[in-house]
Amino acid sequence: MTEIVSPRPVVDGHPASELFARKDDKGILRFLTCGSVDDGKSTLIGRLLYDTKRLFDDQIATLEKDSRKFGTVGDDIDLALLVDGLEAEREQGITIDVAYRFFATEKRKFIVADTPGHEQYTRNMATGASTADLAVLLIDARKGILTQTRRHATIASLLGIRHVVLAVNKIDLMGYDRDVFERIVGEFDAEAEHYGFATRVAIPLSARFGDNVIGQSPNMTWYQGPTLIEHLEGLELEPGVDRPLRFPVQWVNRPDLTFRGYAGTVASGAVHPGDTVVVARSGQPARVERIVTYDGDLSAAETDDAVTLTLDREIDISRGDVLVPADARPEVSDQVAAHLIWMAEEPMLPGRPYLLKLGTRTIGAAVTELKHLVEADTLKPLAAKTLGLNDIGFANLSLAEPVAFDPYDDNHATGAFILIDRFTNQTVAAGMVRFGLRRATNIHRQVLDIDKASRAGAKGQRPSILWFTGLSGAGKSTIANMVEKKLHLMGRHTYLLDGDNVRHGLNRDLGFTDADRVENIRRVAETAKLFVDAGLIVLVSFISPFRSERQMARDLVEDGEFIEIFVDTPLAVAEERDVKGLYKKAREGQIKNFTGIDSPYEPPMAADIHLDTTAHDSEALADQIVDYLIGNGYLPG
Amino acid sequence: MAPPVQSHLRRLEAEAIFIMREVVANFDNPVMLYSIGKDSSVMLHLAMKAFYPAKPPFSLLHVDTTWKFREMIAFRDETVRRLGLDLRVHTNLEGKAAGVNPFDHGSSNYTQIMKTEALKQALDTGGYDAAFGGARRDEEKSRAKERIFSFRSANHGWDPKNQRPELWSLYNTRIRPGETIRVFPLSNWTELDIWQYILAEQIPIVPLYFSAERPVVERNGQWIMADDARMRFLPGEVPQMRRVRFRTLGCYPLTAAVESDAETLDDIVREMFLATTSERQGRLIDHDESGSMEKKKREGYF
Repeated sequence: MTEIVSPRPVVDGHPASELFARKDDKGILRFLTCGSVDDGKSTLIGRLLYDTKRLFDDQIATLEKDSRKFGTVGDDIDLALLVDGLEAEREQGITIDVAYRFFATEKRKFIVADTPGHEQYTRNMATGASTADLAVLLIDARKGILTQTRRHATIASLLGIRHVVLAVNKIDLMGYDRDVFERIVGEFDAEAEHYGFATRVAIPLSARFGDNVIGQSPNMTWYQGPTLIEHLEGLELEPGVDRPLRFPVQWVNRPDLTFRGYAGTVASGAVHPGDTVVVARSGQPARVERIVTYDGDLSAAETDDAVTLTLDREIDISRGDVLVPADARPEVSDQVAAHLIWMAEEPMLPGRPYLLKLGTRTIGAAVTELKHLVEADTLKPLAAKTLGLNDIGFANLSLAEPVAFDPYDDNHATGAFILIDRFTNQTVAAGMVRFGLRRATNIHRQVLDIDKASRAGAKGQRPSILWFTGLSGAGKSTIANMVEKKLHLMGRHTYLLDGDNVRHGLNRDLGFTDADRVENIRRVAETAKLFVDAGLIVLVSFISPFRSERQMARDLVEDGEFIEIFVDTPLAVAEERDVKGLYKKAREGQIKNFTGIDSPYEPPMAADIHLDTTAHDSEALADQIVDYLIGNGYLPG
Repeated sequence: MAPPVQSHLRRLEAEAIFIMREVVANFDNPVMLYSIGKDSSVMLHLAMKAFYPAKPPFSLLHVDTTWKFREMIAFRDETVRRLGLDLRVHTNLEGKAAGVNPFDHGSSNYTQIMKTEALKQALDTGGYDAAFGGARRDEEKSRAKERIFSFRSANHGWDPKNQRPELWSLYNTRIRPGETIRVFPLSNWTELDIWQYILAEQIPIVPLYFSAERPVVERNGQWIMADDARMRFLPGEVPQMRRVRFRTLGCYPLTAAVESDAETLDDIVREMFLATTSERQGRLIDHDESGSMEKKKREGYF
């Protein structure tokens, strides 16, 4: 076992404040390290922590103990064990999640994201990249540029990282050979143009032995460039303050009737008392009165400052609004084109409703069209209908309301978003807005003189959607048909949309994949909404297997207009009946994607009406629905 | 004389304020875990800034094992009074009634019952949907991987392999009833950042952090302070007066002091530069085995 002693700085008699008086206060640099498995990412970070003296004796003692137990470098201290945090990783010798590490030099504080190299964890690299100013792309000198290298460069580029370091590691194993280094750099540069990085610095190094990490390597006198740490310390970042003001309102501060302030962090630009700002979405102007902080009012707030603004007049502002200069406004649209990095096992389905969080705003959103999938190592566009875990896509999205945004490359804070699954609450995608689609801006809704209320009034009924969901053969159509007959006899105005019938017309271009099922329901829900607008009671009889889409249909109409009816027939019972012989075919493999057999059915968690078909006949169940309508005031008079 | 606040501290400060506001804007019933230590002092100071001129719109929660240093409790009550805040104190009464203590039950069992279980009880009783904690990623390896908004199942468990991706500063605050989020506004601070900030902002801290003559015994090479009459001495142990201070504070029988002459903040920060051991060295509960923090956290420890 090699003896190591952690070097400490010499401090004698200086007051602490002098110790902190850095020669050059350059703030924080956030960077990430990425590379393939075994390229030595963790070893490099361990080396940086060790050589910048951020390790304590007890941590070194633990490291020595762990190296004996799990180490992969023989008798030497395994620096990678410092950063491979979770037990499973130490046992498997791989990094499985993003770890954040910290060290500082005289000039700068550094935050490092250590991200995994193997493909199934690409989402973690995107996570680390989202907050990084710079990416260190590790390349094993023995292997050169790999598919993974290109993939990492693509993700770094998509996430708008402006600076990269090409760290050609393990050069010691190639005899510190200049030709090896230059061949690798040349290969990278031949492809690097389309990544659009502002700076690219290539450094030959050995993380294990420390060559060119902190100090110049005596083994590579042919290399005249900066060491890794010199480059990281010296890198100049583009200041955000030169760009137009973006102030996303995070929280309205109203401690009492005398104070109303808008708390937020300046996303770009600067703001001063007396400046005129407008609310991006409404265009309402106001003048900034004060910039309030706990430490006293400020004469200016700049990018990244967390402050509270007061305005000279009361205008409608809430969380999610963005305050901007009148002459440099962001785009406002409810249709955008964006890159998506898919991060969930559950695939992306066009038409499925998600929640979108952009800045401090969270609203409903759906992918209307997947333009193409991006092959990460070649950047080639490929045709696709869905996105799976770790896929990158370019897509059009439709938002529930217009949102203020900038293209991501202009401003990360107002152009980045995440998508959240409405039921599992998982973060399913990271998104980067590329541009707004003018489509919605120019198609204004026509205001019609005869509205829904007048049409419904003429019919003497409360329009609504009776949404029947359940397995194939559950009895949906039979019961819906009976309900419609009863309503018709009562003189009510109805229409029945039946799954099979609609698939012969409006939806005959759709199949039974998950993506097509979502689109099937979207069209039916929009059609049902038009009928509700016409004043009708609409009966919809569709398997509609996914909760998300039923929720989407519910969200299209007003509260109380959507009545979810769960026709609850256990799979075994429906299969036993098998009126249309479909289950038999599905079991024999003649029908693919059959709900309940090889495609899931998600039962409602809180249906408005729950029908137990094993306990009652169709007649009684139809009456149960009519009673519900009468009891809840849908059939007045 | 406080040095000017450096730009990296201003950025860390702004980040923490953003995180705190995000919680208040998105959750119905947040609470701040207040453990009285230096990190809690910084977190509370940041909360005073984040909502100014309003007071922080949530309560403080202290999980009191009944074995804290007496000076910690005095400091806690004084701080709450000075700032005019609402403090909730919770003790695991079953554990207390059963006489659970760090001497007879072992540090591991004691921590499980009087800290982890007590915390879960307090969170359940209060019906809190978000809880701020002062943990930092630089403290320990498993913390280095934790999200800033860290999801907890309905029974408070942490699943390190199934964490939500956390991109930009777009924190996913969505939970179902019963589930909670633990929020760590100091994730990106280091121990040195904490001390530099305390020095720059002149934040009050518990006097135990400063060196003084205190009654201690040497046990397994560490200085343990006899804070009250409940201290159990091993055969041959006699308390002696030593100039010591604490780098980290917890339950007194489980928290080791270091010999030091640092009497001012300035002294402490200078000592930090010379330190050759990490602060958690003084935490006896972390050393059961490497990886023991991850185990505790999976079970719901903060």
